[in-house]
Amino acid sequence: MNLLLVGVNHKTASVGLRERLAGLIPDLEAAYRTLTAYPEIAEIILYGTCNRLELLCVTAEPAEALDRLRAFLSQDPEVSPAELEESLYVHQGPEAVRHLFRVAASLDSMVLGEPQILGQIKEAFRQATGQQATGPILNRLLHKTFSVAKRVRTETGIGDHAVSVSYAAVSLARKIFGELTGMTVLLVGAGEMAELALEHLRGQKVGRIVVANRTLERGLRLAERYRGEAVSLEELEDQLLSADILISSTGSETYLLKRDQVKAAMRRRKQRPLFLIDIAVPRDLDPAINDLDNVYLYNIDDLQEVVEQGWQARRQEAARAERLVGAETVKFEDWLQTLEVYPTIIALKDKAAAISQAELKKTLSQLGPVSEEQHQALEVLLNSVTQKLLHDPIIFLKRDHSMKKSPHRELDLVRRLFNLDLEREAEGTEEEE
Amino acid sequence: MTENLLYFALAAYFGATALWLAFFLAQRESLYRYGAWVMAAGLACHTLVLIQRTIAYGYLPVAVFGEALLLFDWVLVAAFLLFNWRYPIRVLGALVAPLAALLVYGSLILPQGQAGAISPLLRGFWLTAHIGLTLGGYAALTLNFLGGIFYLIQERQLKAKKFGFFYRRLPSLSQLDTLNYWCLTIGFPLFTGGIITGSLYAQHTLGRFWSWDPKEVLTLIAWLIYAVLLHERLTVGWRGRRASWLAILGFLVLAVTFVGANLWLSGYHSFSKFVQP
Repeated sequence: MNLLLVGVNHKTASVGLRERLAGLIPDLEAAYRTLTAYPEIAEIILYGTCNRLELLCVTAEPAEALDRLRAFLSQDPEVSPAELEESLYVHQGPEAVRHLFRVAASLDSMVLGEPQILGQIKEAFRQATGQQATGPILNRLLHKTFSVAKRVRTETGIGDHAVSVSYAAVSLARKIFGELTGMTVLLVGAGEMAELALEHLRGQKVGRIVVANRTLERGLRLAERYRGEAVSLEELEDQLLSADILISSTGSETYLLKRDQVKAAMRRRKQRPLFLIDIAVPRDLDPAINDLDNVYLYNIDDLQEVVEQGWQARRQEAARAERLVGAETVKFEDWLQTLEVYPTIIALKDKAAAISQAELKKTLSQLGPVSEEQHQALEVLLNSVTQKLLHDPIIFLKRDHSMKKSPHRELDLVRRLFNLDLEREAEGTEEEE
Repeated sequence: MTENLLYFALAAYFGATALWLAFFLAQRESLYRYGAWVMAAGLACHTLVLIQRTIAYGYLPVAVFGEALLLFDWVLVAAFLLFNWRYPIRVLGALVAPLAALLVYGSLILPQGQAGAISPLLRGFWLTAHIGLTLGGYAALTLNFLGGIFYLIQERQLKAKKFGFFYRRLPSLSQLDTLNYWCLTIGFPLFTGGIITGSLYAQHTLGRFWSWDPKEVLTLIAWLIYAVLLHERLTVGWRGRRASWLAILGFLVLAVTFVGANLWLSGYHSFSKFVQP
């Protein structure tokens, strides 16, 4: 049994082609019906996101299965075979496993380490099992994939580093305050980025939101949108007493807050920490404010630097994640190969059992009447002889198999040595379990 | 037997050190859990050692410096595990475990005490209370010191806007500061209680509350530092960086009191004076 993966992603295919291919997905049921009907395909799963569409199948005849999948993908008349051929990547065996692990762990994503992809694959797996398209191999592979993706997330921290300015603000706030539940956010002025940061903060269940604006009308409108309170810009210093996080982005030409003002406020706040985010250009907040104890001032350049560091860190973590994926790929491949030896092991055991039973029958007829206990003793004897005799060949198959460079030679050797294939042909049981 | 148990505790503390350092690096939850069990096993052995010695001597084994270290270590580990169970700041383990291991090691290489070597004056309930409270205070204030170090590292990264190795691995400033505050509010009263019981006992045995012995003077200085710290925290809301620095300063004075005063200075309160010639 072989694993075969084909697909297109944001690196290989234009968005147009991806859209047209994604057109196959809305009718998943029909898609799975078509795919599972192909005799070459034993198990299959189909998953996609806005950036990719991939099909992964288990097949005994990879070449034929590949043709089937190609035909399946180009059934839409608007998909030109040449374009598809150019964009399609094909992975087999360990490479298919590695690819799936990498996709699920978000090592192959446009935004490295983004968390959504794992959920999408989980959903796709749910769909595929619902359509009875998967079997023992894909079930195991997908469960392994989920655990690999989870390990990558927890052990490498690939998703820990903020890679957008607004999220950088939130992650910094969390390093200062811990939980942000119940924190008061003061929004001074408004702008796309400030509102985005506010959105992220709301996702962290912050408490009060206060909007201070030069024109009260606009302030009221914003306050209404975020279910906050509107205050005028003159009250800024007073509002500073209750705020924990301040996001400033006004068009002011001068500093709205100077060091001494914040220093005085800190004394009145009894030094409760204050996180100031200045995304305005020119700056709204005096950079000297950052020298004050328990005040953390970040301007837009600082945040962009944080984002840049976040990218670097993610790339570094990705290298560690690749090693983890590599190790898990090898492990899965080992399991897959032991799977290949099972039919041989079963054939060996069957043959031994058949011989024992036949010989036992012969012996019993020669011995004449024996007691129940004697009969049992004979069976035990036969069992332990065959078991002990078969022990080493089985271990040889199981353990050594996955380490050999050309495992099929060993498998062949054992089958020839015990003359298993003739028997199996005679019995006509070629099915693998 | 006692020796073996102590070696076992030492090995456990070193094992926990390795596991918790690995946890700090790799951030794998299971490593932390294993570390906690190993640490608890070490503490169990450590406890048995102390019980055995107490029974053998007939008093709490603190007559020589090595024994005092061992008892302090026990209180520190117990306090940390208890604390961690209620208020988990797990990275702290990466500092506590090696410290615990080093203290056991220290007590092993220092001269050992013997049964009955202590002056009969230095036995009794008040003295035990004095030792227990003082060491409990020391343990909490040691955790405060370690938390202060972490706070300063994390604060420095947030202020300088350079995020290195520690940034992701250390908890938030507010968690670290809360830890420090808790340790201070628990440690300071214990420490104060230790001083009071000690001076009552001194009045009872020596006829004076206070002798201006070097150890006593240093203790007073440390106590004043912590008193200022607690006062400023409660009134003007001192926290974070300043509080951490002061906690570190206070701990250094305490360390000099506990270690230095016994090794280099000499007074009636030094361990060398406890053992009868």
